[in-house]
Amino acid sequence: MQVYTRRRAVNYLVVVLSLGATGFGLLFLALVLWTLLVNGIGAIGPSIFLEMTPPPGSTGGLANAIFGSVAMTAIATLVGTPTGILAGTFLAEYARDSRFGEVVRFINDILLSAPSIIIGLFVYELMVVQMGHFSAWAGSMALAIIMIPVVVRTTEDMLRLVPNALREAAVALGAPKWKVIVTVTYRAAVQGMLTGVLLAVARISGETAPLLFTALNNQFWSNDLNAPMANLPVVIFQFAMSPYADWQVLAWGGALLITATILFLNIGARFLASRSSFNR
Amino acid sequence: MSLSLAKSFPPTPELPVRADVATVSPFPVKALIRDVGFYYGKYQALKNISLPLHDRRVTAFIGPSGCGKSTLLRILNRIYELYPGQVATGEVLVDGENILSPGLDINLVRAKIGMVFQKPTPFPMSIHDNIAFGIRLYQRLSKSDLDDRIESALRRAALWEEVKDKLRQSGLGLSGGQQQRLCIARAIAVQPEILLLDEPASALDPISTQRIEELIAELKSDYCIAIVTHNMQQAARSSDYTAFMYLGELIEFDETERIFTHPREKRTEDYITGRFG
Repeated sequence: MQVYTRRRAVNYLVVVLSLGATGFGLLFLALVLWTLLVNGIGAIGPSIFLEMTPPPGSTGGLANAIFGSVAMTAIATLVGTPTGILAGTFLAEYARDSRFGEVVRFINDILLSAPSIIIGLFVYELMVVQMGHFSAWAGSMALAIIMIPVVVRTTEDMLRLVPNALREAAVALGAPKWKVIVTVTYRAAVQGMLTGVLLAVARISGETAPLLFTALNNQFWSNDLNAPMANLPVVIFQFAMSPYADWQVLAWGGALLITATILFLNIGARFLASRSSFNR
Repeated sequence: MSLSLAKSFPPTPELPVRADVATVSPFPVKALIRDVGFYYGKYQALKNISLPLHDRRVTAFIGPSGCGKSTLLRILNRIYELYPGQVATGEVLVDGENILSPGLDINLVRAKIGMVFQKPTPFPMSIHDNIAFGIRLYQRLSKSDLDDRIESALRRAALWEEVKDKLRQSGLGLSGGQQQRLCIARAIAVQPEILLLDEPASALDPISTQRIEELIAELKSDYCIAIVTHNMQQAARSSDYTAFMYLGELIEFDETERIFTHPREKRTEDYITGRFG
């Protein structure tokens, strides 16, 4: 009986400790979201989407930065998604048990956790220095490089979840390997793979450091990919550090916008994942 | 051709295969397994297997778990090749051609040898597309020809009446027994010559099992069928020939009736009477 009492006490203690830890983590998340909402909601209005970033002391919006963020994220996604999916397919379908596959997987995992500022510096050396100026192209490439390992990883994981029985059934009908992958395996894993892409987009849409070294910033509207381009994270960085009150308000608004976008992407990803064909 | 081939390669005398079985049957030999061995890495799972598969007959592979019966079936369309480290030796002659020879385009061979697995494996697409998948691999049919072929495959698999109004719905929405019949329909839609069934009913309820067995009885008028089963009643009911395997060896191969009434080997008798396995 004494053993039982002790076990109950330990159980109670562990429950309390883990609840406490969970609460501690959630508390800060809630505080961050609440602060953002309170300070940022005032800046959200038509003007934030329609007007350019203002000089200090005058009114304006974030239109050029929003456009720049969307444009560079879109280009990075267009480059990163096919590359990541193809590499993930290679790892899951062609190099599953090979030594080479293991090495590639290991390197990809390192890239996955590489600090984004390193990737920014890398693209700075590779593109900005060579071209002689900052550009949206360089910003897009930096974001794509951050995105690729995420997509590689999720694609591989999702393809590995597809039961081998399904591949065998397709192969037994006489289908060549590429056909099995494209028509059967991808179809079975498509929700999971899309989830990975969405999470990767969410990941790069808040990146600041790599853009600081590559796309820099632009006070004006620019859709020239060869020129520096405004973007939300760098504008937030610049405006939030400034002593001007109206810049600070815009920074709050931008931060709220990014957070809302990431939240939306994550909810979309969860929704897709919950509809995955393996959960039936 | 097949018959003469069987004559030219009679089973070696020391093998427990009755030499007359292959030759006296009115049903020609469709596939001849000769001296087949199999390795999972260094482990030898099959040793010197030799037996014929007759056209328009059902051959059952029985034996306790791990005896190599599924492995043998997986050699017949080289599906084992998906996994590195698995190697088959010997010959499998289908209409006189050794399908284990490395130079062969195995995809073309597989299109002639259908396979149905233990667990139903519908593809994540509509019922229509599940069946169209195999047909489209090697044939270009007009839409109406394709639809006709799909309908006849579903009718042969005794599934048409249940799905004719929902061909565009996902194959994953069907019951287990229906899914398995969908897989059989998918396999016969490509008009194979040999059907390999790997415990096709073991994951199903008794009623679905009965339907599958009826289906096998009906399909054998057109195909050479090999079935792996751990259910001896099923082997006795639905097969014409039975191969009893034990520890990677073929212990006895004969007409099903003989195997179940007058087995020549003590181990066969012990197994079918339930003394082990």
